[in-house]
Amino acid sequence: MPQPLDFATLQPVIVLSVWTCVLLLLDVFLIKRKSITAVLTAFGLALTLGLTFMQVGASNDGFSGMVVQDGFSTFINALQLVGGLLGVAVAHAYIKRTGSERGEYYTLLLFSVIGMMLMAQSNDLIMVFIALELLSIPLYVLAAFTRNTESEEAGIKYFLLGAFSTGFVVYGIALVYGATASTNLHEIVAFASSSSPSLLLTIGAALILVGFAFKVAVVPFHMWTPDVYQGAPTAVTAFMSSGAKVAGFAALLRVFSVAFPNISMDMAPVLAAISALTMIVGNIVAVSQTNIKRMLAYSSIAHAGYILMAFVPYGDAQVSADAIASGLFYLVAYMLTNFGAWAVVIALETKSGSGLELSDYSGLAKKYPAIAAAMTIFMLSLIGFPPTLGMVGKFYLFRAALQGGYTTLALIGVITSLVSAFYYLRVIVNMYMREGDPTPARDLWLDLTWSITAIATVVVSLAPQFLFVLASTAVMLK
Amino acid sequence: MVKVDYYIILSAILFITGALGVLVRRNPLIIFMSVELMLNAANLAFVAFANMHNNLDGQIFVFFVMTVAAAEVAVGLALIVQIFKAKHSINVDDINSLKG
Amino acid sequence: MLEYVAIALMIVVSTFVALSAIGMGELLGPKKKSKAKDVPYESGMLPYGEGTRRIPVRFYLIAVLFILFDIEVIFFLPWAVVFRQLRIFGLIEMAVFIGILLVGYAYAWKKGALEWE
Repeated sequence: MPQPLDFATLQPVIVLSVWTCVLLLLDVFLIKRKSITAVLTAFGLALTLGLTFMQVGASNDGFSGMVVQDGFSTFINALQLVGGLLGVAVAHAYIKRTGSERGEYYTLLLFSVIGMMLMAQSNDLIMVFIALELLSIPLYVLAAFTRNTESEEAGIKYFLLGAFSTGFVVYGIALVYGATASTNLHEIVAFASSSSPSLLLTIGAALILVGFAFKVAVVPFHMWTPDVYQGAPTAVTAFMSSGAKVAGFAALLRVFSVAFPNISMDMAPVLAAISALTMIVGNIVAVSQTNIKRMLAYSSIAHAGYILMAFVPYGDAQVSADAIASGLFYLVAYMLTNFGAWAVVIALETKSGSGLELSDYSGLAKKYPAIAAAMTIFMLSLIGFPPTLGMVGKFYLFRAALQGGYTTLALIGVITSLVSAFYYLRVIVNMYMREGDPTPARDLWLDLTWSITAIATVVVSLAPQFLFVLASTAVMLK
Repeated sequence: MVKVDYYIILSAILFITGALGVLVRRNPLIIFMSVELMLNAANLAFVAFANMHNNLDGQIFVFFVMTVAAAEVAVGLALIVQIFKAKHSINVDDINSLKG
Repeated sequence: MLEYVAIALMIVVSTFVALSAIGMGELLGPKKKSKAKDVPYESGMLPYGEGTRRIPVRFYLIAVLFILFDIEVIFFLPWAVVFRQLRIFGLIEMAVFIGILLVGYAYAWKKGALEWE
């Protein structure tokens, strides 16, 4: 029977769930103006963010070990809630402009955020599975939200491949359960370390890894990403390209470092190879893209490769902890920069869905210097050029890889970053050196999004130590 | 008693059949049926293992897989119907307006 | 292996019975062909249109809603088994569960998913 402490571990999630259900009903029964729904959504997210901050320092598990609340979950939850807030901010103007303003958008987004939060808190493979589905299913619907051909196509592609990857995760969990007689992460590790290594467990862990590799879009499981990111409504792409990625990596970290420490040790070369391959393929294919959404999609694949670098187990405990802290740091940097860049893309997208080619950015700097400056910051940050968060994040990542003895991996990271400069700089060149007549949409929420993320990208990078220390304390898993 | 191994082998065969079905078939409905086959292969494995270990965790997991699969069906079929209305075809080779 | 013998025997016998019933009718029965006998429903409605007619989307929507709400009942069974041990907590827990289902129901209702016309 649950104790009050059990509810305390899940308090933010429970509050947000209740709020979402209430909001769903309010929206269909009472609210006529959908801006009110947006404000209420943001309010719920902010409230939950406050509750999450109150959890800082606490560390418990609840509901018979089904969920856990520790520094890591608090860190990821706070990040996801900020992502949700940014997601609401970029969506508000966008869905109004594309004529698909319906209150369900916000409730679906909230359900997805709840799934992402549960993912970071789950301590049992059942919870991992439910959280995965809770975050994915609303995203399938959101991807098809605007109901034009591209959007529906993105929805069905995302759905079919998402369901396919779910199949891998579930079957992997079944095999792990068969090998260890438990789905609890701590019991799995206790069993695995007390008995001889079993083939069943290794195959199960590998299948789970494949399933999550689909979710975070690393090569060779990235094929769906460009199509889905391009076809989905841009506001949805902004939200899912960062939120789903953070959640996927959080689950990978939780499952593999808690339940399968020995197996993930054996997998280190495989993970390093996948990471290198992802960086190479993502960055090289991005060079030939002319559509900004597709370019950013390949860029997000490439960044999954950089982040995966942090999850290669480096053997030495201190180095691994540092590496994971750098990974968390990079997730924050990626979330801010990525949202900012997509906010600018949303501003330039026209009502009919054009304005998405790289050439549509020509001449932006002359007419709208502020937006152009913000976009420049985001592009520099994605390259890893100072003074931006992206540069600091990459520095930490490469340092960790070097300390772990993976010099080649770090080298590939540096070289692919140089390659990436080519296509990111093309946007900047278009904005500052070509003539054109772009007319970005102005909206208070959207303007706030790109200006705040741009300022944060620069300011935090000037004193990154603070954030890195936060990430380091978050690494200690319960 | 049938040995647990046989159930696991059967479930592995079903899982691989499902995975291959997803990869080679071109009709989203059949792809989706293949996905369901993968999920139910996992269910079979769960139940067999639960019996072997003599604990209930596996059976509980099956409940959750079934309910979540129902939710996926609802979303997936809705998407397929929408696509069919728009295109009058649900061959995945015709779903190709996104390229680059 | 012995317990399978009975099953194998049953399969053989039932197959034989089924086949012989069909075969004997074919073999011994009188045959008079006429136009009325060739229609799909003898002495019934006259068929019209094609076999694969479109079904209104309404059916589909109701079916999906049915699946969603029907499958949730799966959780009632284990709950009912241990209801006595759970006591009042079990009741509250189920109230919460049904409350969440009701939110979905109210939403579907208000959206008109349950209207036939």
